[in-house]
This record gives sequence, structure tokens and C-alpha cells, in this order.
Amino acid sequence: MSLIVVSNLEKTYKNEDVETRALFGATFRIEKGEFLSIMGPSGSGKSTLMQILGLLDRATGGTYFLEGKDVTKFTDDELARLRNKTIGFVFQAFNLLPKTSVYENVELPLLYDDQPIERNEKKVLEAITAVDMVHRKDYLSSQLSGGEKQRVAIARALVNSPEIIFADEPTGNLDSKAGLQVMAILQKLNDAGHTIVLVTHETYTAEHAKRILSMKDGQIIGDTMVTNRRMAKAGETFLK
Amino acid sequence: MKLSDPLKISYRTLSASKLRFFLTVLGVVIGVASVILVMAIGASAQKLVLSQIENVGSNLVAILPGASEEKGPPASALGIITTTFTNDDLKALRERRNVPHLSAITGYVSGSATAEFQSTSLESSFQGVSPDLIQIENIHIASGRFFFPEEEYDLSRVMVIGATRAKELFANRNPVGETVTLKKIPFKVIGVLEERGSATFSNPDTLIYVPLGTAQKLLLGIHYLNSARAKIDDPINIERSIADITLLLRKRHDMKDTEESDFSVRSTVAALDILTTITDVLKYFLLAIASLSLLVGGIGIMNSMLISVSQRVREVGLRKAVGAQRIHIITQFLIEASFITLVGGIIGIIFGVLIAYIASLVLVKLGYDWRFLVPLFSLGIGFFVSFIIGIIFGLYPAIKASRISPMEALRYE
Repeated sequence: MSLIVVSNLEKTYKNEDVETRALFGATFRIEKGEFLSIMGPSGSGKSTLMQILGLLDRATGGTYFLEGKDVTKFTDDELARLRNKTIGFVFQAFNLLPKTSVYENVELPLLYDDQPIERNEKKVLEAITAVDMVHRKDYLSSQLSGGEKQRVAIARALVNSPEIIFADEPTGNLDSKAGLQVMAILQKLNDAGHTIVLVTHETYTAEHAKRILSMKDGQIIGDTMVTNRRMAKAGETFLK
Repeated sequence: MKLSDPLKISYRTLSASKLRFFLTVLGVVIGVASVILVMAIGASAQKLVLSQIENVGSNLVAILPGASEEKGPPASALGIITTTFTNDDLKALRERRNVPHLSAITGYVSGSATAEFQSTSLESSFQGVSPDLIQIENIHIASGRFFFPEEEYDLSRVMVIGATRAKELFANRNPVGETVTLKKIPFKVIGVLEERGSATFSNPDTLIYVPLGTAQKLLLGIHYLNSARAKIDDPINIERSIADITLLLRKRHDMKDTEESDFSVRSTVAALDILTTITDVLKYFLLAIASLSLLVGGIGIMNSMLISVSQRVREVGLRKAVGAQRIHIITQFLIEASFITLVGGIIGIIFGVLIAYIASLVLVKLGYDWRFLVPLFSLGIGFFVSFIIGIIFGLYPAIKASRISPMEALRYE
């Protein structure tokens, strides 16, 4: 069973009688363990697509099956539960809670699951270890560099062991060295079996994935496997 | 999701904006403290008023001129002067065949005048009373004597003075035998009373007593009585005596059967009831005013919570993105609001009780027989109401926050 199956996915925004078609005709599958880039210039509809795939927004047409379930019929709270269990997000602007420690930021999704709170510590430490931030676990988020913040955000996305991680321009706010580290972590997570969907407008970044969906003007214009995949290695300079 | 989680979240959020937290809590503190204070002072004041009456004794009957409702205030309290209750009425009431169970009675007239002794001059209240006053008000003489029966109407220029007034006029001298002028008329001091302690509305220790007739004719120029008070031999005869007094006075005042009495006769028990009614009304009126400040505190909470919601759109969006459901967000904001009111409620109760205690110390120092009382239910009300206010005023901001879209997490600053 494919992880994600969408067909004819469509999103139209209505604003005072003016209709804007941000996405239409999107049909594709994502299998478990894939590393997919959604690439396109701004306004191409890639963020809209990610929001719908990430269950943050609803499509206005088409079908979307996540792990075989028709999520278009889910209520807001059911979607919230599904996001909590199945999806991890990494945002361009990190979105860490200010004046809150690294540990507590990573713990956040666990506060909304049904598991006993005693299990949180093990999971949080595992996630922080995976992004190599254990030495900073008691730091406040405001005391971290941009790259460190994004690593904490990745740990937060990981902590619930989600099926799929959505990363929306995760290197957009980082210098090339920190960006490289983030890409290396995402590749490592993918190697460990996580499905990763990366949204970017840069070809260079997109080429770190195994497959690229290219978008333009709300349509998917290309779906190709990366033949010469870039691997992010320590020491390499990361050009944007 | 555990209960401790939203508590943890709320604690973190509130400690991140300490000044706003403090100011919002302050609003609640003032509200709760004023409610507690009003209830505490109300209870003490009521106790004071009622205990004064209880001290006087329960087998007393007051005769008040002027028509009035049975449970309402006397006509004189409303500023109505009635001149139909006279010395002759008093004399008739004294006759055993008219009111057999009456054991003592005094008329009252009162006024104020300048009292002078040598170079000391004081504006002083005086009362014209009958010799029976001593039994009715349970008065003790410190030195000298009280009035003889014949002095009631023979225009004797004699006076008995309260303990405090005696000290003020004579310092350490013995006043008995000295001459004090009232309205320039010389009076001989024949007695000084023992200290009696402050009453609610007047302090009997600062009063000057003169014989009833003397006060009426020489000092006030009136022929009627302001009121009278009688002692009944046994409390079980009070009802019957009230009937006797009423019958006698109606007959003497030539009242027809259908006519309303131009006086009222009340026992101290009835007076207690009336005063309780009046003080209760006052208490609840003050409580209503104090509750307004609690309402203002509640609006402060709502204001603060709405600011908090608008500042935390992104945070709420993020929480929803990582899996928070609407109920989680509502719970979080309600806990924050309740936490503010609970902290405010507890501090408010402490402050309210403290201020009521300080007030009681001051009042005792001023000579009032004031007891520090905090009704236990007022603490409960303060606590409970503040908690409810937190829920009510926190609910709208909480619901508003829960409607924030998880997409807000994606918005780039």
C-alpha cells in the first residue's frame, strides 16, 4: 500500500468573489521510505500542496488517501490526531517556542498524544540524540544558532516517530554550513527508513532527494528520479 | 495528554510575561479583597449593632411617636416630628392599673448645647430622662446620685454626666457639687456615671443627663417626648403589655377604631429584627458594589487573555500543527485564566482579611466594642467566584484561540 495516494487534487482560494486556483490536477503516489522534493518557484503551488499533504489545509477537490484512509472526510480534530501520530513538520522559520528549553520544545508533540507522560523522556532524548543536540538540551531556544534551532525542530518532528516528515524550505534561513548539516540529517533519517518530503525552490537543495516533483503555476510539470543525487557530507561547502 | 501537561504549558506561558500576569492578578486581588472586606466589616458592624441592643435587655419596650410600618423604621428616623406623645401619656402609663406588668419607664428628649465649666467649653449632647432610666439602661453611678422622682418635673437644675464628659470638663477634679452651665443656665452636677462603652451611633459616656421636665421646658422649649422606654417585669408579658400600652395610648389620643395609631410600640426583640433587616440590606448593597470591582477584574482577565491570544497565534498554530486538538487549546487557555484568578483570589482573600483585621484594631483603639469577624462563607465565595470569573472571562479568548488555523504555523514572519 502506498503511503500517500492523491488524484486530481485541487485548491481554489476564494477572496471576495475573486477565485485563485493555487493547485489543480495533482495526481501522484508517495511510497514509504521515499525522499521526495517538491520544487518550483514561488507561487507555483508547492507550499499549497505541502499544506494539503501535511493535513494543515483541505483540498477543494480531488481525493487524498493517507495510509489507505480517505482523509478528506476527517474532522479537524481527527486531522489533528493524525498529524500528531503520522506527520512531523520542519518549518523554514524553525517555530520553536521562545523562552522554552530545547528539551521542552522537542517534547511538545508528546503533550498531545495519549501516551503516559513517563515515556516522554526516553523519546525526547532519542530524538535530541539523533540530531546531535544532547549537549544543548537544557538551553533555551533563544540561546541557539539558526542551524541548532533547525536541528531542534527536526528532533521535534521526529519525536513521535512519524511515518512522514514534511520540511518546508528547511535551509532557507540558514547559512550554507548549517544548511548542509540539516540536509545531512534529513538524508540520514531517510536512510533509517523515514519518508521525507522536502519543499524547496532551489534545484541544488532538491537534488539531495531521490525524486523531484516539479511545479509551475499550480500544476505538476515533472516527476523525475534524481540520477545524480547529491549527498550532504561534513566538510563539504554547501552552495545555494 | 495528562492534566499536568496543560498546567506545565500554562506555567511556562505565564512566567514568560510576568508584568502582564502581575497586573491582571492585581485586578482580581482588588476585586476579591473588597468583597471579603465588605463582608467582614459588614458582619462585624451588624454584630456590634445587635449586641448593643442585646446589652440593653430583651424585656424592654420602646414607645415611638408617629405612625410607622410594623417592620419599617420609626417615623422619627425619617425626620418626622410628632408632638402628640406627652408627659401626661407617660404619667398614665405609669399607673399600675393601666399597664400592670410595667416595672419602670422613662421618657426621652434630646438635644445639644454648649456645656461650660470655668474656662472649659464643650459642645455636648444632652438627654432629658426620667429617674427610672437607671433601671432601664442598667446604669451604674460612679459618684454622687441619680435624679430623685420629684426632680423629674420640678425644673431642678441638676445634671448627671457620663464618664468621658466628666473627664473632659473636670480633668481630675471631682465634678459632684460643681456648677456647669448648659445654654448659659447653671446646673449643679449631682452625679457621675461609670464608663459604659461606645454604642454604635452615639457614645453614652459623653452624654449629659438632665431631668425630663428641665430639658423640655428650660433647654428645648417643648412639651412632648421624643420617645419612651419601659421595662416589663417578665419577657412573657411583653406581648400583653404592648397591647395594654397601645390600647391606653389610642384611648388617650382619641383614635377611632379604623384610624392608624400615631405611635408605635416595639419590643427590643422586634427592634433586633428590624435592625437585622436594615443591616442585611446595607451589607448586600455594599457587597453588590464590591462585586463590581470583581467584575472589572474579570474584564481585565478577558482583556489580558485576548492580548495573549493575538500574540500567540503562531504558537497556537504550531501546537495544532503538531497535533493539539481544539479541546487542548481551550483547556490550556482556561487553565491560564483560572490560574490568574486563583492566585488573585488567594492573595485577595489574604489582603481582605488582613485589612479587615487592621480596621478592627483601629476601631477597638477608637473605643468601639468591635469584634473582628470574617464569615467563613465569604472566603468560600471569594475563592469560588474568582474561579468562576476566570472560567467565564477566559472562555471567549480560549474559544477564539482554539479556532486558530494550524496554517498559522507556516506563516513566515
